[in-house]
Amino acid sequence: MVEYYWPQREETTLIGKPVDRLDGLEKATGTAKYTYDVNLKDQLIAKALGCPHGHCRIKSIDTAAAEATPGVVHIELLREPGSEIEWEGELIAVVAADSEGAAVEGRSKIDVQYETLEVFTNDEDLEAAKEAGRTTRGGGKAETQREPGEEDDEDEFIEDEIKRLFGEAAHVIEGYYGIDAITHCCLEPHGSTVHWDNGRLIAYLSTQNVSGTDDGFARDLNLTADDVDVICEYIGGGFGSKFAADYWGIAAARISKQTGRPVKFMLDRDQELKLGGNRPSGYIKVKLGADENGVVQIWDSEHWGTGGANGGGVSHGVIPYVLSPPNYRRLATNIKVNAAQARAWRAPNHPQACAMSQTAYDDLAAQMGADSYDIFMRNLGSAQGAKPEVYAEEMKIAARLMDWKAKWHAHGKGPRDGSVVEGLGMALHTWGGTANNSSCQLKIYPDGSVQSFCGTQDLGTGTRTVCAQVVADTLGLSLDQVQVNIGRSTYPNSGASGGSTTVGGVSESHRRAAQDALMKLFDQVAGALEADAGDLEAVDGRIRIKGSPESSLSWKEACSRLGLKPLEVTASYQRGSGSPLSSSGVGGVQMAHVTVDTETGVVKMRKFVAVQDMGLIVNPKTAKSQIYGAAIMGIAYALFEQRKLDPATGAFVNAEMADYKLPRLGDTGQIIVELYEPDSERERGVIGLGEPPVISPGAAISNAVCNALGVRVPVLPLTPKRVLDALQQAGRV
Amino acid sequence: MTDSIHNSDTHSGVSRRAFLKGSGAAAAATAVGTSTAPLAAQEGGTEVVRGEKTISLTVNGQNRQATVEPRTTLLEMLRYQFDLTGAKPVSLDGSSGASTVWVDGKTVAASTMLALQCEGKAIRTVESLGGDQPDPVAQAFVKHDAEQCGFCTPGFVVAVRAFLDKHPNASEEEIRQGLNGNICRCGTYANIIDAAMSIVKGESHG
Repeated sequence: MVEYYWPQREETTLIGKPVDRLDGLEKATGTAKYTYDVNLKDQLIAKALGCPHGHCRIKSIDTAAAEATPGVVHIELLREPGSEIEWEGELIAVVAADSEGAAVEGRSKIDVQYETLEVFTNDEDLEAAKEAGRTTRGGGKAETQREPGEEDDEDEFIEDEIKRLFGEAAHVIEGYYGIDAITHCCLEPHGSTVHWDNGRLIAYLSTQNVSGTDDGFARDLNLTADDVDVICEYIGGGFGSKFAADYWGIAAARISKQTGRPVKFMLDRDQELKLGGNRPSGYIKVKLGADENGVVQIWDSEHWGTGGANGGGVSHGVIPYVLSPPNYRRLATNIKVNAAQARAWRAPNHPQACAMSQTAYDDLAAQMGADSYDIFMRNLGSAQGAKPEVYAEEMKIAARLMDWKAKWHAHGKGPRDGSVVEGLGMALHTWGGTANNSSCQLKIYPDGSVQSFCGTQDLGTGTRTVCAQVVADTLGLSLDQVQVNIGRSTYPNSGASGGSTTVGGVSESHRRAAQDALMKLFDQVAGALEADAGDLEAVDGRIRIKGSPESSLSWKEACSRLGLKPLEVTASYQRGSGSPLSSSGVGGVQMAHVTVDTETGVVKMRKFVAVQDMGLIVNPKTAKSQIYGAAIMGIAYALFEQRKLDPATGAFVNAEMADYKLPRLGDTGQIIVELYEPDSERERGVIGLGEPPVISPGAAISNAVCNALGVRVPVLPLTPKRVLDALQQAGRV
Repeated sequence: MTDSIHNSDTHSGVSRRAFLKGSGAAAAATAVGTSTAPLAAQEGGTEVVRGEKTISLTVNGQNRQATVEPRTTLLEMLRYQFDLTGAKPVSLDGSSGASTVWVDGKTVAASTMLALQCEGKAIRTVESLGGDQPDPVAQAFVKHDAEQCGFCTPGFVVAVRAFLDKHPNASEEEIRQGLNGNICRCGTYANIIDAAMSIVKGESHG
C-alpha cells in the first residue's frame, strides 16, 4: 500500500511554486481552440429564434418562408403551437444553414403568432408578489438558547423569547438590504459544435462538466454514454452555468444526425444573458439586538427574492452569514417571476447572504459610533465555517494591508474633498471546497515520457497546470517532461467543476497516480540499484537511493527497464473517503476603500484587499489570479451589473454587452491579494478556492459606501441613482 | 452573433441593430460596385442584399482571397474562411473588444466591419503575435497570468499591443484609462495592468 502524503514546503520543486500556466501562450496568441472556434468541414451554423415575450402562448408557427431562404438547410421546432412560454428569450425554433448570415436571415422569416399572457417581474416587492399569487415558502428556522418547556407552544415561546431578548439588548438595529439578480454572462456563450462518426456523437461542448455531460447527451438521444465523446479543451467562462448539455446541445446533435453534417450551435449574446444562467436576487428585512459591546445576541429576519419562473431564491440556511448569533429566527419566501430559471452562480447563496447579513452588522457599528473592524472582531466568537482564529488572523493582515486603523473614521464623519467622501468597509466569508471525485490514468513509457489522462476541465483556473505540477513534482521531473491530457469524456471520470472542488479532486487523483506509478517503477529498478524499492526516491530527473545520491539511474535509464509496454496506473479519489491530501472549510476577509461623489452618486474603487485561506496552495500564481478575478467579479455585482426586466413585457432589456454594465479595466482600483498559508492551514491539504473570494465584495463595498456617506444605500448594485436616492431619503441632499 | 434581423412579432418592432446591419450591407455593396438585386424587402424596411464577391486582401502579411456576401462581417470571414479564430464573437457592436484586429494599422472590432470593406486592405490578427518568437505583450500576459478562461485575452493582447505602440512610456494611470474598450468577465484586469506596465518598464522581452 502506498501511503499518500504531500511533501514538506521546503522539499517541493513545483508544488507551491508560482508556475506560469501551461496554456498561456495559446490563449494569448489566439491559437487555443474553444468550442466556438472548432470549425468542421461542411458544418452548418445554427441560430435559434427566441421568444420575444415574457409570458405567452404560441398560437402558430409558420416556417415556409424560412425554409425557402437560400442557404437554409434545416429547421427544427423546439416548441409547438399551444406551448406556454414563461420567459423572454426561450428558444422556439432552430435554423441550420450554410452560413451565419443565411441562418439569421432564415430565422427572421419564421412567422410565430403569440397570445401574450400576464407578466410579473417585481421580485423586490414582497407584498405585490403575494397579491399576484407568485410566492412560495422558502423555509425557515428559529433557535433560542433557552428551550421551550413541555407545556409551551413552540411558536409562542419563540415569539416571547425574541421579544425578551430585544428588550434586553443594549443596541437594536432594523435594516433593509438587497441584491438584484445578475447573470453569468460567459464571454463564450453556451453551445456546441457536434458531428457523428459511425453512430458515435462527437460533441465539442463548452462545459464545466466534461465527464458528466456524455450521460446527458446519451439520455436524451437514446444512446449509451460510451457512444458519446465530449471534448472541451478550452472553455470561455462557466461560473456555474455550464454543467449540462442543455436542450440546445441536444438539438444540435439531432440536427447533425438528420442532416448528416456537423453543426455549430452557439447561443447569441442576448440569448446567453437571457437563458445561459442567472443568480437569484435577495432582499431582506432584519432586526438584530446586541449587548453593550456590540456582540449580537438575537437576529430576526425575513428575506425574499427570485430564482426565476419556477421560484427558488436564496437559501435561508446561510442567513445570517458566517456570524451566527446564539438566538435567531429566519424566514425565506420565494417569488416566481417571468425570467429563466437561475443556475448555480459562483458560490451559490453566499454572496447574497453575505450582502444581506454583514451589512446589518456594519449598521450596528455605525449606530454605536464604533469601528466596524472592532465589531466584526468581537463577533468572531459566533463565526461559522473557518476557525475564529483564522478569521481573526486574516482580519489583522487585511487591516495592515489596508492601513485600516489610520484611514478609519466613524460612519459619515470623514473629511470631504468638495463633494467627494471616502469610506472603508469589510466582510468575511466561508466555503467548503471539498475535493470532488477524480480518477487519473498515468502512463510512463519506456522512452521516459509521461502522460496523464483525466476527464476534468480547465475553466481558466489553471487546472491543467496544477495537474502537471503535481505529477512532475512527485516524479522528480520538470514540467516539460509531463504531458497532461484533460477535457475528454473518454478519459477517466473526474467531477464537474462546481463548488470549488476541482483543484482538490485533481490534486488527489494525480498525486495518487504519480505515487502509485513511482512505487511500481521503483520495484522494477530496485535490483539494478541493489536496493529495496522502499529506499528509493525520484529527484531531479533521477531515481536514487535515499542518502546515497551517487547510486542512481537517470529517469530515462530507469524507464528503459520497463520493457516494451508502458507502466500504467489508474488512481481514484472518492469524496468522503478521508484523505491526508485534501480537506474542506476555508475562511476569507476582504476590505474595501471607496470614494463617493455625493453630487453625482458615483462610487469609485480606491483599494481592495483580499486575504484568503485555501489549505495547501499548489500554484500561488494562478491562485492569486482567482482571487483578483473574484474581487473584480464582486466589484461588478456591487457597483455595476443587474438584470433589468421590463415590468410590462418581461423583456430583459439590457441583454447585450453594451447595456449589461460590467466594470472595465479602469474601474477596479488597486487590488491587493494575500494568500494565507501558515503551516497550520497547509497541513490540512488542498482545498478549493474558486468561489470563496467572490462572496465578500458586495457587503464590503456596501459597508464602505455607508461608512463614506453615513447613509446605507440598501440594494446592490450601488448605482449612482440609488446612491442619490438614499441620500435624498436621508434628507442629505 | 449576427442577431441582426428579428422576427415580425417582436414587441419592439425593428431592432436598431437590424437597421444598421441592413443599411450597412447595402451601403457596402454599393461602394464596391457589386451587382446586387435587393430582394424580398423585409418587414420594417430591412433589405437582404445578395450576391457573392471575391475580394483580395492581405491577412497577417499573406495575400489572400475570400468569397463573401455583402452581409459577411470581417470577423466571420476571418473565423470561417481563414480559420483564424483568435478574434472572438462576444458582442455584435464591438462593445466587448473581443474581436479587435488591425486593419491597415488601425484597431477595429472585426464584428463591426463588413468583409467587403476589407478589399485591398491589410488585416493583422492576434495570431500574428504568436509563432516561434511571440510578441513580448503575449509573453507578458503569460508571465503575469493576465488570462483566465482566455476568451477575451486575444482582444486584450491586441489592444495592449496597439496602445503601447502609441504610448510606449505610458504611466499606470494612462494604462488604466486607455484600455477600457475591452471586457473581461473572469477579472484579469489587475494582471493585465501588471503585464502592460512590465512592457513599459522593459521587464518583458521577446
